[in-house]
Amino acid sequence: MAQEVIAHLKSEPQPGRVIFDAGALTQWDSKLLTFLITLQAYCRQAQIPSEIEGLPAGAQKLLELARAVPERAGDRREAGRESFLTRTGAAVFDYFSGAREFVRFIGESFIALVRFLSGRAYYQRSDLLLFIQEAGAEALPIVTLISILIGLIFAFVGAVQLVLFGAQIFVANLVAIAIVRVMGAVMVAVIMAGRTGAAYAAQIGTMQLNEEIDALKTLGISPMEFLVLPRMLALILMMPMLCLYADLMGIAGGLLVGVGMLDLGWAEYINQTRASINLTNLFIGLFHALVFGVLIALAGCLRGMQCGRSASAVGDATTSAVVTSIVSIVLATAIITVICNVLGI
Amino acid sequence: MTPTAINNDAHIRVDDLTMAYGDFIVQRDLTFTVNRGDIFIIMGGSGCGKSTLLRHMVGLIEPARGRVFYGDVSFWETDPERRNQMMRHMGILYQGGALWSSMTLAENIALPLKTYTALNGADIREFVALKLALVGLAGFEDYYPSEISGGMRKRAALARAMALDPEILFFDEPSAGLDPISARLLDDLILELRESLGATIVIVTHELASIFATGNNSVFLDPDAKTMIAVGDPKMLRDSSDSPKVRRFLTRGEA
Repeated sequence: MAQEVIAHLKSEPQPGRVIFDAGALTQWDSKLLTFLITLQAYCRQAQIPSEIEGLPAGAQKLLELARAVPERAGDRREAGRESFLTRTGAAVFDYFSGAREFVRFIGESFIALVRFLSGRAYYQRSDLLLFIQEAGAEALPIVTLISILIGLIFAFVGAVQLVLFGAQIFVANLVAIAIVRVMGAVMVAVIMAGRTGAAYAAQIGTMQLNEEIDALKTLGISPMEFLVLPRMLALILMMPMLCLYADLMGIAGGLLVGVGMLDLGWAEYINQTRASINLTNLFIGLFHALVFGVLIALAGCLRGMQCGRSASAVGDATTSAVVTSIVSIVLATAIITVICNVLGI
Repeated sequence: MTPTAINNDAHIRVDDLTMAYGDFIVQRDLTFTVNRGDIFIIMGGSGCGKSTLLRHMVGLIEPARGRVFYGDVSFWETDPERRNQMMRHMGILYQGGALWSSMTLAENIALPLKTYTALNGADIREFVALKLALVGLAGFEDYYPSEISGGMRKRAALARAMALDPEILFFDEPSAGLDPISARLLDDLILELRESLGATIVIVTHELASIFATGNNSVFLDPDAKTMIAVGDPKMLRDSSDSPKVRRFLTRGEA
């Protein structure tokens, strides 16, 4: 509407002044004000005097108020689009500073661990026990469920193929090797990344938000030892144990399919399983779990400590912790698999 | 109740301090002295860097330039072990209280005691009960921070800040979010603590009532000039500051 009036003002030989007659106006809202502000801006620019006396008294006051504190030069954020090169450069710098922070965090965690081993770290034993309970016993139900189902699915998918050759007994080999060597550890890691890694990031992030971490620092208590260390220890200790448990449950899942669907005998299936795996397989699986435990704990605690000071930052920290964990789990699996292959184990 | 008996020896000295986040300078060239027993006010409009200054003084942010002295020791140039030791003589009341939310009030207050004193369990329990009683929260030992009101949380945080009988107490916006009566009670509490503990007190605030009720020395930070533009007793600054900006601030714009 303002543009129409302005067009009208432009078209004629320039009008001498602009006045308003709002006598018939009964109700108005912010729309009127934005219209008037646009119009006045044009009038000032075109040097047409405008008189606001005819407007409702309230609108006049609000117009004055809007003009009372002029915009300070430099206050407005530059919203201009940056060039592709600028954005690429900024992203690369961000990436490197992120990598530097990650390396520093690993270093600080290591120092905390050394201090723990030499008995000088300050943390609360009750915290450590609580985190062990949370990352261990309380994770058992979901680990049970997922592992049995994964064993079941493996056995089922394998069976469909193997039955064609009459080789259904080898379902036991398939399930045992896949679960014990890698899948048990990976499934537990994915569960723990979503369950415990995210919880660590949210807990530490919220403490960052509430200045609770500052309160520790100014008391001379290292948050790395007091908050990060017990969480990392708990997860690193519990991951191999959960993995062992998940292996057992996965094999049980396979057994259900073997016995229930393929008409194999209990003893037959168990014997075949025992023959197919050795301790090396088991240790490789547990090693995976240990590495995953370190990675998930690092990602969760790091993202929590990096958390900004807003509610959305805590959400971002949690998301980022899970994403970082899962990406590093997959990468680590690939690397370990290649190394095992090279070493021939 | 006005602060009396000020002995003029320097307790904290801020020397040519510049605070910056990366390239963005918050405040520069800050130089002032907090005397032993002062109630020192850091004031200024919103967003001028008051809380940032406090965070520099207590060891949370390293200055871009300049020094902070406690007595004769330059806080940021001494070794970390000594700095940690110095931090133990400070008590800090954070803006939101910053009580550790996973612990009860008693555990919150007991943590500094457990960390830095050789007191046994029974002694610590008595200490905790005393500190809570001093801030008017006797009997609230087993409550979690989320179960009590904002004003109570602030007082509990004050009890924690006092746990180690600090020589210096820092307050970040103590009356923010409190109703006028609670704010007044907190001011009275601060004055009583100074009287009875003989602590030096540094308060970040822009509450005029609190400034005049408690402060006997102050520094005024200006966000436009990005430096301090006045230092001294707030009542004197109100009546006779050279800067109209400071007088306007201290009279709610009436002078």
